[in-house]
Amino acid sequence: MCLGIPGKVVEIREDGPLRMARVDFGGVRQEACLAYVPEVVVGDYVIIHVGFAISQLDEAEALRTLELLRMIDPEGMALELGPTTEPATAVEGSGAPPASQGTAA
Amino acid sequence: MKYIDEYRNPEIAHKLVDEIHRITTRPWSLMEVCGGQTHTLVKQGIDEALPAGVRMIHGPGCPVCVTPLEQIDKALAIAARPDVIFTSYGDMLRVPGSATDLLSLKARGADVRIVYSPLDAVRIAAANPDRQVVFFAIGFETTAPANAMAVWQARRLELDNFTVLVSHVLVPPAMTAILESPTNQVQAFLAAGHVCAVMGWTEYEPIAERYHVPIVVTGFEPLDLLEGILMAIRQLEEGRATVENQYARAVKREGNRQAQETVFRVFDIGERAWRGIGMIPASGYHLRPEFAKFDAETRFEVGDIHTQEHPACIAGQILQGTKTPLDCAAYGTLCSPQKPLGAPMVSAEGVCSAYHAAGRGLASPTAFPLYELARPER
Amino acid sequence: MSEKRATADPLGSLADPLGGFPGESAASGRAPGRAAGRSRAGDDPAAPDPSNLACPAPIPERARVLLGHGSGGQLSAALMRDVIGPALASASAGGPLNDAAVVDVAGTRLAFTTDSFVVSPLVFPGGDIGELAVNGTVNDLAMMGAQPLALSLAYVIEEGLPIEELRLVTESVARAAVRAGVRVVTGDTKVVGRGAADGLFVNTAGIGLVSAGVAVAADRAVAGDAVVLSGSIGLHGIAIMSVREGLSFEVEIASDTQPLNALVAAIVAACPDVRVLRDPTRGGLASALNEIAAASGVGIELREETIPIPGPVRAACEMLGLDPLHVANEGKLVAIVPAASVEAVLAAMRTIPEGADAVEIGRAVADHPGMVTMRTIVGSQRIVDMLVGEQLPRIC
Repeated sequence: MCLGIPGKVVEIREDGPLRMARVDFGGVRQEACLAYVPEVVVGDYVIIHVGFAISQLDEAEALRTLELLRMIDPEGMALELGPTTEPATAVEGSGAPPASQGTAA
Repeated sequence: MKYIDEYRNPEIAHKLVDEIHRITTRPWSLMEVCGGQTHTLVKQGIDEALPAGVRMIHGPGCPVCVTPLEQIDKALAIAARPDVIFTSYGDMLRVPGSATDLLSLKARGADVRIVYSPLDAVRIAAANPDRQVVFFAIGFETTAPANAMAVWQARRLELDNFTVLVSHVLVPPAMTAILESPTNQVQAFLAAGHVCAVMGWTEYEPIAERYHVPIVVTGFEPLDLLEGILMAIRQLEEGRATVENQYARAVKREGNRQAQETVFRVFDIGERAWRGIGMIPASGYHLRPEFAKFDAETRFEVGDIHTQEHPACIAGQILQGTKTPLDCAAYGTLCSPQKPLGAPMVSAEGVCSAYHAAGRGLASPTAFPLYELARPER
Repeated sequence: MSEKRATADPLGSLADPLGGFPGESAASGRAPGRAAGRSRAGDDPAAPDPSNLACPAPIPERARVLLGHGSGGQLSAALMRDVIGPALASASAGGPLNDAAVVDVAGTRLAFTTDSFVVSPLVFPGGDIGELAVNGTVNDLAMMGAQPLALSLAYVIEEGLPIEELRLVTESVARAAVRAGVRVVTGDTKVVGRGAADGLFVNTAGIGLVSAGVAVAADRAVAGDAVVLSGSIGLHGIAIMSVREGLSFEVEIASDTQPLNALVAAIVAACPDVRVLRDPTRGGLASALNEIAAASGVGIELREETIPIPGPVRAACEMLGLDPLHVANEGKLVAIVPAASVEAVLAAMRTIPEGADAVEIGRAVADHPGMVTMRTIVGSQRIVDMLVGEQLPRIC
């Protein structure tokens, strides 16, 4: 939902019943619970919400998204396809998610 | 900050806006169901940068705003008790109940404390065995794993002075209720990225198919929202209606299985009243019977609550998206962030507070050109 | 639900409780709001019963002062405007709210200010209440374009405060006064019962000399003037929050508390016609600029990318859902100067350590008087509002 911030796991404590970690958010560090991301290791990025890691951030996907976003070129599209155009189904650099991710058409 | 700043790039933002304009050929109405997304859209002026016919309807995405007045009044009744340490996320402190709010109670001597994590509430209970500690467990599915863990830990630690006041709501039933409404105008949804990080998006597939609405799981930064809107409009223009995932870096189709298991060990699904909408079946979490002793509503008899909404507050219609704050006679006059009449004005995520903080619709001596998306200087 | 079980059961086995609690603060074991609670609970045996309401409209808290009234935002302004100002009317001089007042004493203009310091914990990263008190008062005088001369120092001490703490704080006062070039010439000490003060409350008053030709006031900004900020924002507020109970996190942030009189002297020398000086303390940069815009009847337009916010401050604000523009500062100032002088002023500021990172962040404009706007990084224009009440962390 909201206020889930990406941070980097810098230390993990396995001594208690709950797997706790110290997570670094661009210079601020806070404790968070890793109970819900058992595969995460030091160096991984996680999304933290109210002191819990709810998801591991997929860095490859993050880069991929940015790459695709950078490739968007509406001016180029307009030139190539004309201003009032039918949106093409396979638009280069459109940021559509990879098919493996889910039920994209 | 890594993985945040990159998604605020102004050049890419402009290109996304241009691309949205390029592909849009007719009017569309989209709804986001997440207060965090509403906030970014309004604060950054993204909704006003969209093509004229594209309308963002702000859905009931703020758990603070949809917490029924009755639940807030119960919270206030419990917090007022001298034997109670009442713990809550900061969001709830200023939400008005029928007569007062938690901050005012605090001013009158109630022990009301803000916690950042529900585990902090458990710690407070462990450290104060002679007091009753109550935690106000609000939120959507995103917060349920954390709230569930608090209850689980309390049981493990055999705490007899810890209870939770549960007010969890679920997104898919709300979407369905909106789609079923005869006044519905929503044609596509942006689904809340962090709700889906926990729950995945399988629950949305039958909705997309049955109602023929595109649903795009979307993140929270400006580029995420713009890309999500682009993907939704592309589907609408092409006549498609499936679930797509814009927030691929944080969300997988099956979500977080670990978290889901814990949630279902502690909570089960039942009906919940949504402020302004009414009772929606199977739309909330309640503690399972085996955890009944941690239920604040059982431990503290909070009967005899007389709940009364302020007559001028149209939160209900705002939350359903059928009206905007600009349609409200009290907006900016009787109702403002300093003296809110309803939750959408006081919650940082609420539509009314977002509009007010952005100055929309407020009387101003000089006309102010809001939200011209200026070109970055070269 | 899923058939697959996780390899590690997240719910663990019975063992110790949760383990080391993050950032348990040794400085203060007090619950927030306890001070208020202690004195009230005795007064009011019938605790309010919200279930017994008769009036259908929600009653905004009108009868009691809230913590938010002290946070420097809209509630504070309302308290001044609606309660304190009118009650004092017959005895006050009127005029816009400034950090200090100027009193004419037989042709010499003296600046006169008072302030109270209630920070908890008493010691925080980067300083303590003593240093804060001296710098805060020196800065209030400096914001009138005055050079500080002398301070008074009054303590209200909670019974039970360790004497060593009192000594340390007082030594801090002395060091800060020497650094700022002022003397502490008079004082007072009172002790109150346990619970009636949060360890130690400090009140100060200060007098300073306003040079001839200097007329700094909140209502003097005009359209076209440049808005200058002396350095990065958000440090003090985040440093305090990082040790506040319930919100503990580690951060390499120290309060920026420091005296600004030398910096102001440099500004005045470079531009005697400096219009407004303001240190953005409680309520942050946003509240200070809003007050100035309202008092001067101008709009202010900022550019987000020019506002220096240290990485860790941004990160902490992201985490807690706070706006850095609302976070308190204790060693920064905003100067509003004629546009023609801005380069000279910046150059002069940058020769002083406290102004090394001085930068122009915006302009006063004729449009939207009383309102502060900002061009965001994404390119849109948004309104920068004043803080409403207390800054509360949020989850949503």
